[in-house]
Amino acid sequence: MSYYLSIILFTPLAGAFVLLLVNKENENAIRWIANVVAFLGFVVSVPLWFWFDPRGADFQFVERAAWIPSVGAEYFLGVDGLSTLLILLTTLMGTIAVLSSWTAITERVKEYYIFLLVLQTGMLGAFMSLDFLLFFLFWEVMLVPMYFLIGIWGSANRLYSAIKFFLYTLVGSVVMLLGILALYFAYHVQTGVYTFDVTQYQKAGFDAGLQWWVFLAFFLGFAIKVPMFPFHTWLPDAHTDAPTAGSVILAAVLLKMGTYGFLRFSLPILPDASHRFVPMMVVLSIIGIVYGALVALAQKDWKRLVAYSSVSHMALVMLGMFALNPVGITGSIVQQLNHGISTGALFLLVGIVYERRHTREISEYGGLSKVMPVYAAIFLIMTMSSIGLPTLNGFIGEFLILQGVFVADKRWAAFAASGIVLGAAYMLYLYQRTMFGKVENPKNERLLDLDNREFATFAPLLVLAVWIGIYPAPFLRRLESSVQHIVVRVSPQYAAKYAECNPTPTPDRVAASSNPAAKFLAAIPCDANGNPLPEKR
Amino acid sequence: MPPGISTSDFYYILPELVLTAGALVVLIADVLLPRERRSALSWVTLAAVGATLASLLPFTSTHVEVAHGLLAVDRFALFFKIVFLVAAAITVLMSVRYLAIEGASPGEYYFLILCATLGMMVMAGGIDLITIFIGLETMAVSFYILAGFIKPNQRSNEAAVKYFLLGAFSLGILLYGMSLMYGLSGTTNLRVMATSFGAMAGDSRLALAVILVVAGVGFKIAAVPFHMWAPDVYEGAPTPVTAFLSVGSKAASFAMLIRIFVEGLPSASEDWRLLFWVLSIATMTVGNFAAVTQTNVKRMLAYSSIAHAGYVLIGIVAGTSRGITATLVYLMVYSFMQLGAFAVVVMLRRADVVGDELKDFSGLASRNPFAAFAMLLFMLSLGGIPPTAGFMGKFWLFSAAIDAHYYWLALIGVLNSAVSLYYYIRIVVFMYVKKETLGSEPTTSPTLAVVLAVAVAATLVLGVYPQLLFNVAAASARTLGAAGATAALR
Repeated sequence: MSYYLSIILFTPLAGAFVLLLVNKENENAIRWIANVVAFLGFVVSVPLWFWFDPRGADFQFVERAAWIPSVGAEYFLGVDGLSTLLILLTTLMGTIAVLSSWTAITERVKEYYIFLLVLQTGMLGAFMSLDFLLFFLFWEVMLVPMYFLIGIWGSANRLYSAIKFFLYTLVGSVVMLLGILALYFAYHVQTGVYTFDVTQYQKAGFDAGLQWWVFLAFFLGFAIKVPMFPFHTWLPDAHTDAPTAGSVILAAVLLKMGTYGFLRFSLPILPDASHRFVPMMVVLSIIGIVYGALVALAQKDWKRLVAYSSVSHMALVMLGMFALNPVGITGSIVQQLNHGISTGALFLLVGIVYERRHTREISEYGGLSKVMPVYAAIFLIMTMSSIGLPTLNGFIGEFLILQGVFVADKRWAAFAASGIVLGAAYMLYLYQRTMFGKVENPKNERLLDLDNREFATFAPLLVLAVWIGIYPAPFLRRLESSVQHIVVRVSPQYAAKYAECNPTPTPDRVAASSNPAAKFLAAIPCDANGNPLPEKR
Repeated sequence: MPPGISTSDFYYILPELVLTAGALVVLIADVLLPRERRSALSWVTLAAVGATLASLLPFTSTHVEVAHGLLAVDRFALFFKIVFLVAAAITVLMSVRYLAIEGASPGEYYFLILCATLGMMVMAGGIDLITIFIGLETMAVSFYILAGFIKPNQRSNEAAVKYFLLGAFSLGILLYGMSLMYGLSGTTNLRVMATSFGAMAGDSRLALAVILVVAGVGFKIAAVPFHMWAPDVYEGAPTPVTAFLSVGSKAASFAMLIRIFVEGLPSASEDWRLLFWVLSIATMTVGNFAAVTQTNVKRMLAYSSIAHAGYVLIGIVAGTSRGITATLVYLMVYSFMQLGAFAVVVMLRRADVVGDELKDFSGLASRNPFAAFAMLLFMLSLGGIPPTAGFMGKFWLFSAAIDAHYYWLALIGVLNSAVSLYYYIRIVVFMYVKKETLGSEPTTSPTLAVVLAVAVAATLVLGVYPQLLFNVAAASARTLGAAGATAALR
């Protein structure tokens, strides 16, 4: 139990080592092992959903061991609700990515799966680390396998896209390292202790001037990853040229590293600076929302369109976050999950037709709903999820974000809403061009519909999309304490309200909450005004 | 100063004596062994290096000055001696097959490697300008010959002549600076000098001495603008010599630099800090940007090694005990990754292929996966990507800069390391993405396999669990200065 997180963390890596021992000619064995390992990685992470106690300590399953005592770095893992959900998203998407590669990857199969599994460990480590140096280590470890995935198995322009992705992210992260070091020494000046313990930093209350600089340094690291306008230019290239699984992981998980970084580090450690940078963050987010959507509208390449939709959606996530109120932040996190689910699925969908036709030109397609009905149905659901149709997941996230942003500033909400409208426009336009009409291109007449394996990659995403859309409470409940933790640091004025409507559990309250309905009620976070969140109204 | 040298002094220079004896044994064995069995000399050389390493054991916590302040036997010197000896051993292992392919005679070669190592050890221990200079000359002269060791190769000859001329020129400058230091203080002992310079801060003659010594040392560490010799020499010299030159010579020159400036010139620290600040930025920036355009891997590694001198200077600029620790940590991890990278280049040298062009790396991942993986690791490490040792080294350097409030220096440093990844990754692209292959199948020999395995293990272990190295380096940095005296570091 006390090594639980380490087990989740190192399962994929262990699998990569096993793969090293397999003869590279034996491709089917490699595929089987990789799939089994990835699935196992998901299975071991599932108990996290049940064992994580939403009312428990801030960080659970904590593991601490000395790593480099002379500089105060520790092997320090722990999860809160935010990282729990992101870890589950990572293990799920990892499994799906591995499964989706079965027929798509025919060259250098062994290396491919090894890189995917190493990448998986890197991502999980970044979400679990509560030691800043350890976090940075995992953060950088992700770069190399992703570089290879794009550079070796990508399409036409892969080398250019891979190096662009690599250098962009690297520049951001090395500057972030300087920010980490600045905090490290400032903390030592304050307390006389050398440590990279993030939970201590969150309590430290650093000098406002220092916060300003460190925020900028972190901003560069995280904003490039998100990616926020104007640092987004690596993303369309990387996405377009990456193999399907690479795009899926990139969109579903890697981009979340940036938003996770803001939530875990920037907001709680640098609350003053976060407030001072609100105008900049909001303006960049709004530009990102509108610009990303408009560019998506103009794309002729299917995958590039989805990539630009990512820019727009992630900008909405950032806008919700920098409303700096509980609802906005909750919405922002929920929308991160949604984006992982729907955009991940959209990239899978592109990948499936690409594998059959080897083109991503939208004009090459048309009328696919006739030849691939199941495919078209799934695509429709995911399109609806992406544009935020009620009863699907996207609606919940977008609604919460809009609500949070509205409380903060009504004008921002107007821009955010316009992004959602544009989102509907480019997605429906895409759907219309590819799925409806007559099959005019003879090459499309004999396209095969999804096989069982392909359907299996979508099944969990469909379930999640509907689940979050209809009954998001279990997710929100797990996020509650994380959000509260952030809000206490960054916007204390909301925290008082928050405490009022969500008192810490006293014995009688716990007893009362054995009644499922009461438990559910008590678990609902409050909005900025101390009212229960919308889905119970 | 009491005259004469006592017998105890000979005890303290035991490692140097063992190494000298070993070098002589190699020379004698070269004469005695029949020509076809001379390749066994490599084992004699390794034994000499091993014996020297063993003879360091009694001095793990010694802190004395011997021969009336000519040499210091302290942990700082010990740390560097270990770096030199390990580098020498790895170089010897790399040379076995290389010499056989080139058809060069091993006797003098190994003798000169040991002589160079001896010179380095004297440099690291020297706390007197005379000793330091003797050590430097011993090392430099050995390298002049080693650089031109492949006599039929024109590039090798050119490298030797270039290195000799520029080296002699730089030594002249260094010597002029040293003579000024002597003239101003009336002593050649760095620690005595430090006290007499205490009252002279701001003296323009002292500033001139500092400038001249910085320039002289700058040549040795190949800092911009004194780096012009490095790419030609590195490219032309036999590859194992290049490896040893870029690691051993560089580390020894840094040891000398620290002894001269931190121990001898603390009162002029504002001056030399500023100079090194400029040199550091110029060196890493020029080195990295020049490396980007290279197509010859040895030349690229030469520029990269220039850039690395720039990073290491960050630790010197910080000038704190954290900065010196960072320097030591970095030089140690740098040795392994740099030697490892050159070992791969040596491996690619086959009867039919020179193996130092980028295209020679093409398709290596499918031909020799282990070598390709090792090279990948070394490249990532040189670029400072975790979980490799190079990251831990850079972590120390940049943290020293931040700690000493050199924020811009740190920023330029990290951006430079991002630039450097561009060309390191190019090698990786050739190895992993390109498919066309050249020449015969590249294979490792047993000795090269040992080198690669050691370098890979060190790069990974020091990257994941660097605690021991950090402790040892920090302890070594603390012993700078006379025992019992106030620390030489601020």
